[in-house]
Amino acid sequence: MAPSFEQLSEQDLHEEEEEEIDFSDLKAQFEVKADEGLDTFVVIDGLPVVPEDSKQKLIKFLLRKLNTVGNTSEDAVFMPVSDKGMSEGFAFVEYETPEQAVAAVKQLHGVPLDKKHTLAVNKLMDIERYGREGRVDEEYQAPPVEPFKEKEHLRSWMGDSSARDQFALYRNDKVGVFWNNNGPPKGTFLASVHPQGVQLWGGASFSKQKQFPHPFVQLIEFSPLEGYLTTWSARPIQVEEGQPILTNEEDGKNIIVWDIESGKPLRSFVSHDLAAPPTGEEDVAPKKKVQWPAFKWSADEKYVARMLQGQSLSIYEVPNMNLVGRTSVKIEGVSDFEWSPATVTREGVKQYEQLLCFWTPEIGSNPARVAMMSVPSKEIVRTRNLFNVSDVKLHWQSQGAYVCVKVDRHSKSKKSMATNLEIFRVKEKGVPVEVVDSLKDTVINFAWEPNGSRFVLITTGEAPAGAAVGPKTGVSFFATEKKGSTAGNFKLVRTVEKKTSNGIYWSPKGRFVIVATVHSQSSFDLDFYDMDFEGEKVEAEKDLAANLQLMKTVEHYGVTDVQWDSTGRYVVTSASVWTHSMENGWNLHTFSGNTLSENPTEKFKQFLWRPRPPTFLSKEEQKQVRKNLREYSKEFDEEDKYAVDIANTAVVETRKRVLSEWVAWIRREKEIQAEEKDVFGLPEDADSPKHARDAPIGGSDEGEAVVEEIVEEIIEETEEVIG
Amino acid sequence: MRPILLSGHERSLTQIRFNRDGDLLFSVSKDKIVCAWWSANGERLGTYNGHQGAVWTVDVSPNTVLLATGSADNTVRLWNIKTGECVKVWDFPTAVKRVAFSPDGSKLLAVTEKRMGFLGTIAVLDINYGENLEDQAAEPSLKITCEDSKATVAGWSFPRQTGDQLLNVQVHEFDSQINDIQFSSDRTSFLTASKDKSAKLLSVRDLNILKTYTADTPLNSASITPKKDYVILGGGQAAMDVTTTSARQGKFEARFYHKIFEDEIGRVRGHFGPLNTIDVHPPSYFDFMYEVEREQMRK
Repeated sequence: MAPSFEQLSEQDLHEEEEEEIDFSDLKAQFEVKADEGLDTFVVIDGLPVVPEDSKQKLIKFLLRKLNTVGNTSEDAVFMPVSDKGMSEGFAFVEYETPEQAVAAVKQLHGVPLDKKHTLAVNKLMDIERYGREGRVDEEYQAPPVEPFKEKEHLRSWMGDSSARDQFALYRNDKVGVFWNNNGPPKGTFLASVHPQGVQLWGGASFSKQKQFPHPFVQLIEFSPLEGYLTTWSARPIQVEEGQPILTNEEDGKNIIVWDIESGKPLRSFVSHDLAAPPTGEEDVAPKKKVQWPAFKWSADEKYVARMLQGQSLSIYEVPNMNLVGRTSVKIEGVSDFEWSPATVTREGVKQYEQLLCFWTPEIGSNPARVAMMSVPSKEIVRTRNLFNVSDVKLHWQSQGAYVCVKVDRHSKSKKSMATNLEIFRVKEKGVPVEVVDSLKDTVINFAWEPNGSRFVLITTGEAPAGAAVGPKTGVSFFATEKKGSTAGNFKLVRTVEKKTSNGIYWSPKGRFVIVATVHSQSSFDLDFYDMDFEGEKVEAEKDLAANLQLMKTVEHYGVTDVQWDSTGRYVVTSASVWTHSMENGWNLHTFSGNTLSENPTEKFKQFLWRPRPPTFLSKEEQKQVRKNLREYSKEFDEEDKYAVDIANTAVVETRKRVLSEWVAWIRREKEIQAEEKDVFGLPEDADSPKHARDAPIGGSDEGEAVVEEIVEEIIEETEEVIG
Repeated sequence: MRPILLSGHERSLTQIRFNRDGDLLFSVSKDKIVCAWWSANGERLGTYNGHQGAVWTVDVSPNTVLLATGSADNTVRLWNIKTGECVKVWDFPTAVKRVAFSPDGSKLLAVTEKRMGFLGTIAVLDINYGENLEDQAAEPSLKITCEDSKATVAGWSFPRQTGDQLLNVQVHEFDSQINDIQFSSDRTSFLTASKDKSAKLLSVRDLNILKTYTADTPLNSASITPKKDYVILGGGQAAMDVTTTSARQGKFEARFYHKIFEDEIGRVRGHFGPLNTIDVHPPSYFDFMYEVEREQMRK
């Protein structure tokens, strides 16, 4: 059973993180003695052995390489010469700063000088420390093998017999995990962010799994297959003495990419978007928005990419974190990019590739451009030029079959705006592009059906100047034409006008979609649509692969978020205190819009379903399950009935118990009261009112009181005009 | 059941009390007027005029002869219910927040506010029902000074003599004032209503918390029904605590809870401001029965 709010003690949340784990072995391993003062020196090994007169030539040649990472000069290079007048094949180099020395070790070590010689660069201090005799044991000693400790099953919740789903609630200052009694990537871990770093929880009892000590971490993100974690903090890391996991390499960095399995940093980065270090006046430094997620992962986690706004894309190979092809891809003006969310095989392309899409705005007389790049070849496989572009958003379909490029265009006068959709059919030969330009208004939201070829978008007109309420929006549903096996052109199914909706929430299994008005102060409607309604179809839409039907409209006062569970059975709508403080809480609905429960919760912040990993069943097995669904559901119905019975009996039992306790208590209290009256010498009737001269005693001896009540009812009302 | 709307006051009501027979209802309000009503039909019987400030509290003597009121004009007034005359005025240094007759009617307590350097006190006055009602003791027979805390409300179990503090228990959250105390008819337990959004049923003898009723809004008043095991809670966001209060947001409903099981049974809507005070008709003209139960009774 997962811990609940009640069971989570304060300690669980804050303390003990530092104390419990014995870091001493790591401490010894990573300890840095900074007091030796030879930080700026490096030793270069693997140099060619040359006679003394060509030494200067070699040094000059070497300097060219050395100066790529820092500043050093001819005087600072000392190359010893042996008695025979030949160099020894190594040299000492002094850099200006320790950082440059570190950079030299990092970047020049293992770099070939020519065909025969490869540089071996080490810090002088390291040589002092490890290179002397006796410092390192000559004999290899195998490290002791840690006894195997059984870990809790990290996906234990998947084994729940009733296939219930879990969810996390964030309320006030506490997080609780509950079973849902009804049904990120894969949901193996629950991460919580603390000032000391990130804590991962997992297993049946939510024990601590891993810690990532990134101080003052603010944002975190998992990679799609849960192999890596990216953390970001606005403050550059300051590595302190005794910090066991972070090393000098992390000093001054904002972003760390962690390997979850080992709990160690893979590589750290300075974030691009931060403003230049403030000069003196810290308060006036411009606060730039952080670009998050800073690192975007390819679907199979083999590559991770980061964009330098307007300049380049850096694509890293994982796990060695080297740039693909050793250089970033220069793309002038690059504004945004997205990886394909799945590994796609294009028609006629045999070799392995991952696809990503990016766009650049109009620069000078060059048109704006949307392009698709194949990685690792870094080849552009398709581009499209666009004009009069104000903004572009890239939307991949979840299987990577389509990319919809939402292009906001302005007219020549820049007065009116309109939106085009350019849909790349990735899986078809030559990646044909289909254009949907029938939209007159701007599109404010767009969403693909997961694993499908339909989409919903919301359009809005220009806001009338000075109006308090926003303009009405229209919700449009699109589907493909039925055309044999391949999907035909995208056609509008229907548009629902005069709505206020702004959010689109597809069921993760497709077919059902919720169009909602969120973050609004005046309307809170949630429309539940079915795209494959099993009923009569409108004649005009006969050729389309959709049958749209509004199932139900629900209101949830102050709704801010909508969350589908990963099986697509339930939806939670919630009102978070992050947006407003009115009637915070969450409601649970079925996919068809029936409200199952309402849970007003004070200071409610966030509701998160626990994601499920993809199923292990093959397509055939899944079909089999679907075929026998009725039988399975019978079983579950019986179980539900049984559970309800048990719950009801339990309620009756507790009530009986509470009632008898109460009766017993009252009886005892009355006895004690009577005794006390005796002790104080009060008469039995001490509580009854004193007789007064002119008033009858109130109470029972008066007999029944007769109360007359006259009730008038209007049976009929007619109105006649006289005269 | 039809609600009867009693409209006679010009400012917000502060307390209402039924007499022991339940035929009369007394209401006091910030408009300085005390009203008496026929409880059966909501007709106004009359008013008691004389207070110079907002009237905070009212209580009826158990034999429905005398009416006591406490007011922000620092006085407790005793009225002849029948004639409407003011028979006695006691002066206090600060406003009187609560008056209550003892169950036998022989004593009256008055809670004075802690303000302007004066500590809060509970004064006990002996009440005389003799030939001449104006013949009342001038000084309280007992005075309890609350040194540590700010007394807000008080009530009687059954009379004792000393006035020593027996117990002091914090039952509600710190800094959230208890707005009302009402006793069960057998004086074994009493119900508190607090700003911390909960009401608690406490044992009189040892102040143990017996039951807790949790609401979603600050509570101003709570009452125990004499028939059936129900409690009624009332409250709502005070207008001064919010900038924009809609009826929806304010939660101005009377809430019915089961006294023993602590479950909410239902709510009665209708008010468009916070509920300041609740009292239950003592002999229960209203029987707190479900319609089904009533039908069964008739058979």
